[in-house]
Amino acid sequence: MLPIFCINKILINDNNMNNYVISIASGKGGTGKTTVAVNFALSLNNVQFLDCDVEEPNANLFLNAAISKTIDALISVPKIDENLCNYCGKCQEVCQYKSLAIIPSSNNSKGIVLTFPHLCHSCGACVYICPKTAIEEVDKKIGEIEIGNRGDILFASGKLSIGEIMSPYLIKQVKKNINKSRNVIIDAPPGTSCPVIETVKHTDFCVLVTEPTPFGLNDLILAVDVLKKLKIPFGVVINRSDIWNNMINMYCNEENIPILMEIPFDMGIARLYSNGIPFVEKMPHYKQEFIRMFEQIKRILE
Amino acid sequence: MKQILIISGKGGTGKTMLTASLASLAKNKVMVDCDVDAADLYILLKPKIIERFDFIGGKKATKDEKKCVKCGKCKQFCRFNSFDDNLRIDSTACEGCGFCKIVCPVDAIKMVDNISGQYFVSDTKYGDFVHAKLGIAEENSGKLVAKIRDVAKKIAIEKNADYIIIDGTPGIGCPVMASLAGIDLAVIITEPTVSGIHDMQRVIELIKHFKITAKVVINKFDLNLENCEKIKLLCSENNIETIGLIPFDSIVSKSIVNCMPLVEYSDGKISQEIKNIWNKINCKN
Repeated sequence: MLPIFCINKILINDNNMNNYVISIASGKGGTGKTTVAVNFALSLNNVQFLDCDVEEPNANLFLNAAISKTIDALISVPKIDENLCNYCGKCQEVCQYKSLAIIPSSNNSKGIVLTFPHLCHSCGACVYICPKTAIEEVDKKIGEIEIGNRGDILFASGKLSIGEIMSPYLIKQVKKNINKSRNVIIDAPPGTSCPVIETVKHTDFCVLVTEPTPFGLNDLILAVDVLKKLKIPFGVVINRSDIWNNMINMYCNEENIPILMEIPFDMGIARLYSNGIPFVEKMPHYKQEFIRMFEQIKRILE
Repeated sequence: MKQILIISGKGGTGKTMLTASLASLAKNKVMVDCDVDAADLYILLKPKIIERFDFIGGKKATKDEKKCVKCGKCKQFCRFNSFDDNLRIDSTACEGCGFCKIVCPVDAIKMVDNISGQYFVSDTKYGDFVHAKLGIAEENSGKLVAKIRDVAKKIAIEKNADYIIIDGTPGIGCPVMASLAGIDLAVIITEPTVSGIHDMQRVIELIKHFKITAKVVINKFDLNLENCEKIKLLCSENNIETIGLIPFDSIVSKSIVNCMPLVEYSDGKISQEIKNIWNKINCKN
């Protein structure tokens, strides 16, 4: 008989070998990330779906998961006790984000403490540096995380509050819900900057969705640079693949990037999308395409 | 001088297509592309770069390995997981807070200026154009947006321009808020899809938060007439004027693959509709 720790090890390895965390990103917006993510999730078994487009989370308009729990997403921001503060200004000096301002006391007036919590990155340096231990960290809500399921599909989604800028922090908290016993599909925000990086980081594979237009190609190249820098394996889905020429195919061939799937333009798909209906529900043959894509991704990763 | 921002919430609803056409129609203006991490407007405006500048978005930690005594304090205090088990710095995770530098007992860490992108002042046949390119996997796109808007404003004042026409970014986060500051009019371009409506609602909330005047254009309006009516209703409930309905037409993607503003590529009904939109933006604001 194997010792217990060996069995555990085998079980853990087994999980890691069978299940993958796959992010769906694009560079350019509106190329079909959410469409691919949702239809992909609906075609596979044992799936968890995360919507990390926390500024504009709309995957659940298509997935219609029942939400069982809503959690406040919090970050820590400084709160200064003015009874303890001696207005030395060390916190202001150490803060790189200009979220603290201290006006020192003068002969005839008390000092002033100003905090700008929406600029705070929660680094904690001000708390550490304060010689009077006058700073404590308090919770500030930056958004919400919704958790639920659609049948067997587990679902989690982040929603940034209006006027907040710390999307990457909310994304981090959504990703804490990753369940490694599932195949995890993550819908990413558009672009190539911090929210996208936070989303795709530490995922096993990234599917880049693009379209054959100069905009699609330009932004695909930017996204490819990011994934190469982060050393994440990736492949490309060409959406509306027949609206122009084969520029994306040529680029992918030159760069040795696998093309995972091509979805030709179809007014039927566009209309289903406009009504929030995932197209695999009406065009079930596409499920086979997505299953085949998953097999291809698995082969790439093995 | 009026600053007009084209914005959408959802990506791919036609911001850049509309911006390029408005840039072609407006006289005496400066143009800006605020979508610094996926900039596409240059493809249609074909700029000739006159000046280029490095953009320093913030600082990043670097470590002198000779001084490092491997005490691990940097990793212990860093909240951004920027140090791996061998205490090497992952610069894509570093947010430049400098906490590691404070706690390092042997002064092995330095905070150095990080060039997170470049920005350009260019000449186009439509006028001056300020645009940027964020470095690969870099952050601080909001600061870069603020910077290029500032540069554009200086040019506009110097040249006594009537308009600054600004291509926005999708979402409602950091770069969008940097694009919205001090705007005279936000033109929201949306599409009659469930996600287009959802994302537009979030942008409307944001615009109200900043007390900015907005007008709405519905792109591909005939894709779903029922949803189109919902958008119009939503706009009137929020006292926002719907100033244009652009039909679904392959001419739009044809103009893009030919790298031309639509109003120059075609003289058809979409082109006419965009001219009407410009008149509505231009006359009574």
